[in-house]
Amino acid sequence: MKTGIANMKKSIILMLLMSCLACSSPSGNIDSHINSHNSEQTQPSLYEKMGGKPALDNIIDNLINIIGQDDVVFAHFAQSNVTRFKDQLTVFLCHLADGPCQYKGDSMEDIHQGMYINKNEFNHFVELFIEAMDAADISYPIQNLLLARLAPLRKTIIKM
Amino acid sequence: MNKIPPLLYGCFLALCSANCSAEGKILATPGVSQIEGSGGGGIVPWAQLAGYATEESISVSAACSRVTVQDFSLDSCALQANLYDKIELSYAKQNFEVTPLKLNLKQNIIGAKINLFGDLVYSTIPQVSLGIQSKKLKTSDVAFSLGAKKDAGTDVYIAASKLHLGFINGYNWLWNVTARHTKSNELGLLGFGGAHEKKKIQLEVSSAILLNRHLALGVEFRQKPDNLNLGEDHWKDIFIAWFPNKHLSVTLAYVDLGSIAAIDKQTGWYLSTMWYL
Repeated sequence: MKTGIANMKKSIILMLLMSCLACSSPSGNIDSHINSHNSEQTQPSLYEKMGGKPALDNIIDNLINIIGQDDVVFAHFAQSNVTRFKDQLTVFLCHLADGPCQYKGDSMEDIHQGMYINKNEFNHFVELFIEAMDAADISYPIQNLLLARLAPLRKTIIKM
Repeated sequence: MNKIPPLLYGCFLALCSANCSAEGKILATPGVSQIEGSGGGGIVPWAQLAGYATEESISVSAACSRVTVQDFSLDSCALQANLYDKIELSYAKQNFEVTPLKLNLKQNIIGAKINLFGDLVYSTIPQVSLGIQSKKLKTSDVAFSLGAKKDAGTDVYIAASKLHLGFINGYNWLWNVTARHTKSNELGLLGFGGAHEKKKIQLEVSSAILLNRHLALGVEFRQKPDNLNLGEDHWKDIFIAWFPNKHLSVTLAYVDLGSIAAIDKQTGWYLSTMWYL
């Protein structure tokens, strides 16, 4: 029994250690400590980390090409004005990634109203978006940080 | 290799013809098949359902694994069907070899899991599921001679899982906590219940980091009862799982199973392959 508890403690410590990789994040806490006496200077925004406007333009160009060749989601975009879609999405993502933009367009609910997007289609679109980020050489951690900001939007996009 | 009943196989194929192009989820997020056949990690059933089906589709998967420690080995093969990402049905056959005694213990497990609420990736709350594993020991002599009360039993568990996108310095972090009501001795391979039955709820935990889209590195811990007073230990492992695409995964783990049937220090390796339709 005693060894059982000791073993359990060991495992719990191991798990805590794994989750604590987060605490030792080099671009997180350490940077903010260094910058703390320089209080106004914060760490770079996600927009800057991903490579700013050139990277975002690259992602969106790739995405439009990929959508154009995709059987599953193309139908939802067939009626769209490509130039408008591109401009609006650029501002939207720039805003979402804390870039120097203010998105004042339609809400996600309004845009997807009546499109009856299901979970399969939504998830498939996420994969196309990942493909577009891959093709723009966005690193895996930066992709995840951007996806983390997009994920909560799912409830405003599907089945409206 | 264990044989899966042809009837069951036929059923799965029939289901599959309905809609089996299920590729809805992000790669690696459904996890793998655990040793009792449920979708999960290697030893812990998770809240997410096996396979890549979403609300609009069905998926079918199969897995075989082998655990080899000093004095024992466990072969297990399983089939899973995921119906609309709401219900998971599973069937597993286990063959446990007691090397020093040249003895084989066999058990079959029928499992079901229902997703109660939440979404692993997209909801703010965790995904929560309720599951059962109904176990029937085919070779009960050893179990009864060690003091087990029954040769069949049903585990009931509730599991909560969450994948946090970009949580650890941009890397995705997954955790799962499972509470299991069980009387199983060594998964049921040594029968069910015994003279030293005490608390019946056991806790199981998993934690994993996705190193990239195809590789997950994690640890698991599974608390186990000691109904037979043989010093049955809690299990733990550290695993790496590889997901080259949505049709295959391979998991390698180093396992520490502690004492089994009063034989101490059982550590070794776990290798599992899973196929997804």
